[in-house]
Amino acid sequence: MSAVVEVSHLSKHFGSVDAVTDVSFTLEQDRIYGLLGRNGAGKTTLMQLLTGQEFASSGSIRLFGEPPVENAHVLERTAFIKESQRYPEDFRVKHVFRTARWFFPHWDQAFAEQLIADFRVPLGRRMKKLSRGQQSAVGVIVGLASRAPLTFFDEPYLGLDAVARQLFYDRLLADYAEHPRTVILSTHLIDEVSNLLEHVLVIDDGQLIIDQGADELRGAATEVTGTRAAIDAFTTGRTVLHRSAIGGLATATVSELDEAGRVAAVAAGLELGTVSLQTLIVRLTTSDPASAASAEAQITHADIESEARA
Amino acid sequence: MDESRPIFQQIAEQIENDIISGALPEETQVPSTNEFAAFHRINPATAGKGVNLLVDEGILYKKRGIGMFVAEGARARLVAQRRDQFQSQYLAPLLAEATKLGISPDEVAGMIQTTQSTTTRKAGAR
Repeated sequence: MSAVVEVSHLSKHFGSVDAVTDVSFTLEQDRIYGLLGRNGAGKTTLMQLLTGQEFASSGSIRLFGEPPVENAHVLERTAFIKESQRYPEDFRVKHVFRTARWFFPHWDQAFAEQLIADFRVPLGRRMKKLSRGQQSAVGVIVGLASRAPLTFFDEPYLGLDAVARQLFYDRLLADYAEHPRTVILSTHLIDEVSNLLEHVLVIDDGQLIIDQGADELRGAATEVTGTRAAIDAFTTGRTVLHRSAIGGLATATVSELDEAGRVAAVAAGLELGTVSLQTLIVRLTTSDPASAASAEAQITHADIESEARA
Repeated sequence: MDESRPIFQQIAEQIENDIISGALPEETQVPSTNEFAAFHRINPATAGKGVNLLVDEGILYKKRGIGMFVAEGARARLVAQRRDQFQSQYLAPLLAEATKLGISPDEVAGMIQTTQSTTTRKAGAR
């Protein structure tokens, strides 16, 4: 396996805001990655940096071994489907597909036409007249039919209904199986895509906090439930990601519970539960109350400033 | 798919179940990695990992250029494995729950007898 993307000590700040802080990772060829994180965590900025649409403040990026900025040789092999792609004022849907063919050397017209039929996209309509979901469908079709060796989907499903989202996942998997390529899916709907992912990157507050195989992450945490006293005793000395209690009962999410730990939990009369990838990431990216309060204070402060300027 | 365990293990387990039940007889071809991936809506690499787990254990074998096949003697080996695991996987949790409810092992044994005879009678009536 060779690395398609190599990022080393990458940082990006906008004024005093640190959007991406000292991020390093590599993406291997022909895998499906999930880029997960909360709103404003830095996912889109990271993808803009990777696709040469933003300049890094510091650090280095290599795509196919070369820097991406203003590098046609790299960018023709890269597709970036953005959540809010803008099109020229008069563009109709068919113009988007006609233009896409010029940019992507691996463009598959027959596949594009099949997808256009699948997603029922009206070719003659103006892009700006499309519904949110139809716009997303156009992006999804361009992303899939471009068959770019490196494809980024940034929240590609906005406005897509459940049927269309499932269609997207099915077509992506089927086409990926026949034409393997590196795919980065940035999404909030973690439960929907978790089985599609081979590897997961989680970014929180501009920092990469998880860079791990999806299979290792599954089962990286366990939920134990029992009486408060039993939970207190059991969690002493273990890493607790989350804890809640109701009446005399308590539940704790514990990371890295090995076989001996599971046996001990059962012996202590605790019930073991599973933690989905989505719940795990929610647990890991929920800041503790103290820092959340300070973040809120900062936002209020910034709001007041911008209001004062207005 | 169950969220708690690696999916590749679940894929391997399902293939094992199909071999044990006879749905996948010995020396027949198993679905391809991509077929598993599309059917379960999972990453093909994950499906491949599950299949390879069984290749490593000698349950499946690869015919070059054709695909994966169920090995001879695979069923007997899987049944033996599962019998070994039966006590820890089924009996231990059963007795733990029984103890919690104050049901003695003797009572459990009695219940097993009753359940056994009612299900046999039902099956016979069909």
